[in-house]
Amino acid sequence: MNTFALPPPPPRPAGLRRRASDLLYTRRGLLLLLLLAPPLLWFGVIYLGSLIALLANAFFRLDDFTGQVVREVGVSNFVALFDPANLDAARRTIVMAIAVTLACTVLAFPLAYFMARHARGWSKAALYIAVMLPLWSSYLVRLYAWKLLLAKEGAISWAAERLHLSWLIEALLATPLVGGPSLSFSTLGTFIVFVYMWLPFMVLPVMASIERIPASTLEASADLGAPPLTTFRRVVLPLAMPGVAAGSIFTFSLTLGDYIIPQVIGDSTLYIGQVVYRQQGVAGNIPFAAAFSLVPIVVIGVYLWLAKRKGAFDAL
Amino acid sequence: MTAAVTLDGVGCTFGHGAGAVRAVDGVDLTIAAGEFFTLLGPSGSGKTTVLRMIGGFTLPTAGRVWIGGQDVTLAPPYARAVNTVFQDYALFPHMSIRDNVAYPLMVRKVDRATRERRAEELLALVQLPGVGARRPAQLSGGQRQRVALARALISEPQVLLLDEPLGALDLKLREQMQSELKALQRRLGITFLFITHDQHEALSMSDRIGIFNAGRLEQLGTPRQVYDTPATRFVAHFVGAANVLEGEAARSLTGHAQAMLRPERITLGEAVGARAAGPVCEVQFFGAFTRIKVETAGTRVQADLPLAPGAVMPEPGQTVHLHWNNGAVHALSAAA
Amino acid sequence: MRSDVRGGFRGTWPLKWAAGAVVLFLHVPLALIVLYAFSSEDKSYVFPPPALTTQWFGVAWERPDVWEAIQLSFEVALWSTAIALVLGTLAAGALARARFFGRDAISLLLILPIALPGIITGIALRSAYHTMEIPFSFWTIVIGHATFCVVVVFNNAVARLRRLNPNLIEASMDLGADGFQTLRYIILPQLGSALLAGALLAFALSFDEVIVTTFTAGQQTTLPIWMLQELIRPRQRPVTNVVAVVIIALTFIPIVLAYWFTRADEPGHR
Repeated sequence: MNTFALPPPPPRPAGLRRRASDLLYTRRGLLLLLLLAPPLLWFGVIYLGSLIALLANAFFRLDDFTGQVVREVGVSNFVALFDPANLDAARRTIVMAIAVTLACTVLAFPLAYFMARHARGWSKAALYIAVMLPLWSSYLVRLYAWKLLLAKEGAISWAAERLHLSWLIEALLATPLVGGPSLSFSTLGTFIVFVYMWLPFMVLPVMASIERIPASTLEASADLGAPPLTTFRRVVLPLAMPGVAAGSIFTFSLTLGDYIIPQVIGDSTLYIGQVVYRQQGVAGNIPFAAAFSLVPIVVIGVYLWLAKRKGAFDAL
Repeated sequence: MTAAVTLDGVGCTFGHGAGAVRAVDGVDLTIAAGEFFTLLGPSGSGKTTVLRMIGGFTLPTAGRVWIGGQDVTLAPPYARAVNTVFQDYALFPHMSIRDNVAYPLMVRKVDRATRERRAEELLALVQLPGVGARRPAQLSGGQRQRVALARALISEPQVLLLDEPLGALDLKLREQMQSELKALQRRLGITFLFITHDQHEALSMSDRIGIFNAGRLEQLGTPRQVYDTPATRFVAHFVGAANVLEGEAARSLTGHAQAMLRPERITLGEAVGARAAGPVCEVQFFGAFTRIKVETAGTRVQADLPLAPGAVMPEPGQTVHLHWNNGAVHALSAAA
Repeated sequence: MRSDVRGGFRGTWPLKWAAGAVVLFLHVPLALIVLYAFSSEDKSYVFPPPALTTQWFGVAWERPDVWEAIQLSFEVALWSTAIALVLGTLAAGALARARFFGRDAISLLLILPIALPGIITGIALRSAYHTMEIPFSFWTIVIGHATFCVVVVFNNAVARLRRLNPNLIEASMDLGADGFQTLRYIILPQLGSALLAGALLAFALSFDEVIVTTFTAGQQTTLPIWMLQELIRPRQRPVTNVVAVVIIALTFIPIVLAYWFTRADEPGHR
């Protein structure tokens, strides 16, 4: 063993690196502080700072005359929120969010149930990827795809003609509130696209909560004499609710905050997001835009509170 | 000669206030250079914490630690002349075996050729020639343990800490490693500080043993001392089987207030000169000996009897007479 | 395939059809985009396409505004990913194992930019820029992107750090490596693939982001903004189709790679 002479240990190094390492070793708190300082500074100053700026601006107002923001605290913006046009936009957006959530739930269930209870091994993994795949493609591209589909000369019209269902589409478009000049400029079109976009967000949590139902529970239900539909209604549905609530958080808040889909596919009626965007852009009325953007925050906050009571957070 | 390791009033308390846990409390310990020293105790007794304080992974909240005459109480692990073999070996999974073993030399800036040659030498020392190019995941548990050993030895530390290194091995392999480790220590002359909860391991391998219980060092001595003359009731029970007698039974059988009697020092004999007598209430055959439990003097006394082949085992219910020498009785201090 | 759950839907065929229909619903639009990129029709979105051609790929290649948009998106994504890598790794190093007051609050803070609707983050940043009188620039975009990309890197890094055997760090120090050497030889190599996955995801996220960008970009045009403008006022439909296919590829590939890296990391995979 002694064919080798280990070089003498370097003299207790007073080197900076060694001393720094020693210091950080004995003072863990200092190490933690150094690690956290950059991210906390960034988030504190930039993110929290901008949220504060948002809140502050909500109380300022825009002087119509000078076009400048007057930095005085006032509630004129919040009063303006109750203008019929604004209330309209808010109501429209909330109704759309609820409708989208319901539709996503209905559509997600068959797939989620199938994946949770019938798919095994590779087929389950394949389905999982199939559901995630659209999410991995660009949001705008998927939106664009629907623009193509919904166009007057596009695939859906073509299919409708072949199936002799064109009259149905005409009828739907003629319906007030829901319809519009064409599928690609209508509330109905907007609705379809919203459902398409957020569907994966609903499928996965619902699948997870159905998976959590032990097989023995379902067997017990059948054992006790319940036909399949009753089992579904009384056992599966209630137990899947936390998953639905979790998924609905996504569908609800994503719809509330989106302004692009209504702008591209919608008719000229305005949604919350569009109002906010227009106000801060061309109109330069940042204070009002800020105030109006508080509306989705409050609505989402209420919704989250309701969802928590339904146990959504346990399912996430 | 400077002691290899000295602990002076060392304690370690985790947490604050009402919920504080005294993992180690007031330990004084001196380990001589070249000694094979074992820290023995049940889980949670503080022996691992003591090891970690010597290694530098946990800093003591009281007392001082010296290694090789230097005060290293607050020094980080890399500043101490101590290397550790961890319980789960802690081999670096992203490096080859050779790079693992050579790691201590690499961080000391030894050149590549020298350190690789040295690593091969050490792998040969632990009887693993030729595995240098493989990865830890490709080796068996026993092999990984040898690599951990080689890695810890390559920088010639003054003290080697071994944290229950044989716990994960099966019995045959464990016994083989025990003799190998002992032989290695003799050959290298390095101070070994060994942790285990297995008293057989401790008794067979150590020059001296420190027995821990609930954060305190209960006894410090050679294996013989610890076995023959346990300082406390805990030590008596922990190291080997023991009859711990107290109260009435102790007085009538031994004349002490509290005493210990090893079961293997009891023999069966005639009624004449017997120390105790009574009915057998339990008989268990262990191969090398038969264990019987006898009701006597208001308590149960256990005797481990070697029985020659063909001899007759006592039956339950049968009255037997127990004999032992005075020297077989060890008085335990009243406070223990 | 027999249902092995007696309490469930007895006839799995209606269920299968329903599930299949939903999957088709999710994928047909994407398939159509790829089809349209080869359509020879340039005035409308007529279906089915009259003929198939690859000429539009060449035309798109020549369009300078497309290239500018791609370049801007690329640079923004690079910088945002770099900043997110640094901040996310530092935060992960602090939060992975240490317990201290406010730990959960910090985790929440990091996830907030992504959890709140984009429009909130967007208008918040816009308000801040306006109030501080900061003009729109490359950096106003990067700041927004980096902020919501941090959590992506953070999640990957924390997951990997939590799986790291703490004994490895102790062993390294025990054998003579100081803190910085341990970081270099032991921690960073182990973190490597997780950071790579996080960086890829952050890149894809930044490249694709549109809502916050529209609030922070002013007159600049990233690729998503270009796409959005085309959606509202189509210029040359076939070129847009081609660009759409390119975007699919450009955002899809990093995500698949990241997924592959984190899967290879899982225990039991080596």
